[in-house]
Amino acid sequence: MSNQSTAIAEKTQSKKFTIFSRTKEKNNVSNPFWVIVCKEISDYIRSWRFIILVALIALTCMGSMYTALTNMTKAVKPDDPEGTFFFLKLFTISDGTLPSFFVFISFLGPLLGISMGFDAINSEQNKGTLSRLMSQPIYRDYILNAKFTASIIMVSIMFFALGFVVIGLGLITIGIPPTAEEFLRIIFFLILSILYVALWLNLSIFFSVRFRQAATSALSGIAVWLFFSVFFNMIINLIAKGIAPSRMAAESQVIGYQRFILDLMRISPGQLFSEATTTLLVPSVRSLGPLTMEQLKGAIPSPLPLGQSLLLVWPQVTGLIAGTVLFFALAYISFMRKEIRSR
Amino acid sequence: MANPIIELAGLTKKYGSFTAVNQLNLNVSKGEIFGLLGPNGAGKSTTILMMLGLTEPSEGSVHVCGINSTTNPIEVKKRVGYLPEDVGFYDDLTGLENILYTARLNRIPESIARPKAEELLVRVGLAETVNKKAGKYSRGMRQRLGLADVLIKDPEVIILDEPTSGIDPKGVREFLDLIVELRNENGLTVLFSSHNLHQVQQVCDRVGIFVEGKLLAEGDILSLSKKLFTNSLYLIEAGIIPPDTVSLKGNQLTDWVKEILQPVEGISSVSEQNGIFRIECSRDLSAGISKTIIGAGAGLNYLTRKEYGLDDIYNRYFEGGTKS
Repeated sequence: MSNQSTAIAEKTQSKKFTIFSRTKEKNNVSNPFWVIVCKEISDYIRSWRFIILVALIALTCMGSMYTALTNMTKAVKPDDPEGTFFFLKLFTISDGTLPSFFVFISFLGPLLGISMGFDAINSEQNKGTLSRLMSQPIYRDYILNAKFTASIIMVSIMFFALGFVVIGLGLITIGIPPTAEEFLRIIFFLILSILYVALWLNLSIFFSVRFRQAATSALSGIAVWLFFSVFFNMIINLIAKGIAPSRMAAESQVIGYQRFILDLMRISPGQLFSEATTTLLVPSVRSLGPLTMEQLKGAIPSPLPLGQSLLLVWPQVTGLIAGTVLFFALAYISFMRKEIRSR
Repeated sequence: MANPIIELAGLTKKYGSFTAVNQLNLNVSKGEIFGLLGPNGAGKSTTILMMLGLTEPSEGSVHVCGINSTTNPIEVKKRVGYLPEDVGFYDDLTGLENILYTARLNRIPESIARPKAEELLVRVGLAETVNKKAGKYSRGMRQRLGLADVLIKDPEVIILDEPTSGIDPKGVREFLDLIVELRNENGLTVLFSSHNLHQVQQVCDRVGIFVEGKLLAEGDILSLSKKLFTNSLYLIEAGIIPPDTVSLKGNQLTDWVKEILQPVEGISSVSEQNGIFRIECSRDLSAGISKTIIGAGAGLNYLTRKEYGLDDIYNRYFEGGTKS
């Protein structure tokens, strides 16, 4: 941390500590797990890193809000089946100059997760505090779990605050309150975003256990992120061109091919996230795979109810949860087996 | 050993094919300051990690305060304070806050922890810097803060891993005095790991010499030197010029010297180094040796007597360690 930040932190610090200690005394003695969580959270609040991230995300949020609001009039058409979901457009519309809110989140979420977790364990080890911490009567996994919990709490607070700011500002500007369903859809969208960040957070915590140098761990995280956001699509395109069926191919073959490519795309957590958020925020999305003409026959172009939308994205959500759990498990196993020496 | 508080039995730790600690048996009794003396990489830290249950032994068992460290590390860590080598603190918290954090992790209520932490900081000589950021502490201050950090949980045993490395001599002196004081007042058991013989000698009741994962010798310093040098407490270095009638070189010359010294009783070994013969003996035999040499017709141009000190114990045993 730089000198400036320590100077700023210094002013606020003594106050914070008395606040924490007072709550402790009320419930007598708190569990060491929550002691670590509290400390991690107060570390985050004071760190420049988190301030910068909040500023970055708040800026994009405001930017996308602005484009959404200015394009609101164009976006709403009289016979639009989504007309009733006027409020959700705040999160999805854009005029092409600036991406919409949810695209921003899907792009910046990984960065947020990586930057919160990349030095979780290795910085403690390099500072020489890890072996001191480990010699206290606490379970080893408390350290890892508490770090994860603290980060998730921070991300949740931030996302919910931003989401509610968008709702509030939208309410003031367009003057139409969101319906209960819209509100719920936004809440689910926020939970999904937190889950998405958690996935990247766990990946970067895993790297922080694995790599001794914080820089290496940050770079590995960013490399994975860049791979999925830039190169992965290129590779998929390459494969898609290579195995494309001929124009004369049977319908079933074409569908099979489409499905296969889509499944490949879904290896990327970003793809899962954007499919899930699109379905939640654009209620007229009724399928995430290819549909034949027969399947579409007789369908009324109306929005899906929330339950159906959730049902539609359930595989995607499961995939994201599975990824999150997988990376957490990896981090957990390698941390539990790690021998902690001083420095 | 009436009341062993640390009990190591057949302790072995292997990293792949490398054996860091090999069949270690050691007992430390209550209220004792035990010095674990050994060169870097001898396996001292590994042994300490096993005592705290931070790494699992490959074989053997560790009991601290009668509790198995491998299967029940939490209970051990409640009773044992560990000061790692080059201890680190959270740079943006003050010294006091760092200690209070440790107290909270040990479930010590705030109302008890705060006055105690302040008292301890005064005790270790950090009274003026209590509210200074730990990031601005010097190495010696960090080490003393580390001692306060270890003591906040009222341990029965404290384990100090190379606590004095990187501190200036005055700081070392104060640190060591503090350890002895604490032991005398609170009846703490102290395990002190170091590669510095003189510091160990100053404070420790008993010493274990540890090289290449093996405990070579253990005991108080007096008995240790007796044990190691039963036959050769003295070293006599002599410059011997063989008479013209003898034209021998190298080992043959050494053998010749051995032969002429045969009548002198109490010589345990003779060796040659850079033209000087090193004769080890149990008593001061310099007079007899010089007489015998001159009697054999050889010239004597140099004779000096050395008594083995702790440095020699150290060198003698650690030579083995540095070879690998």
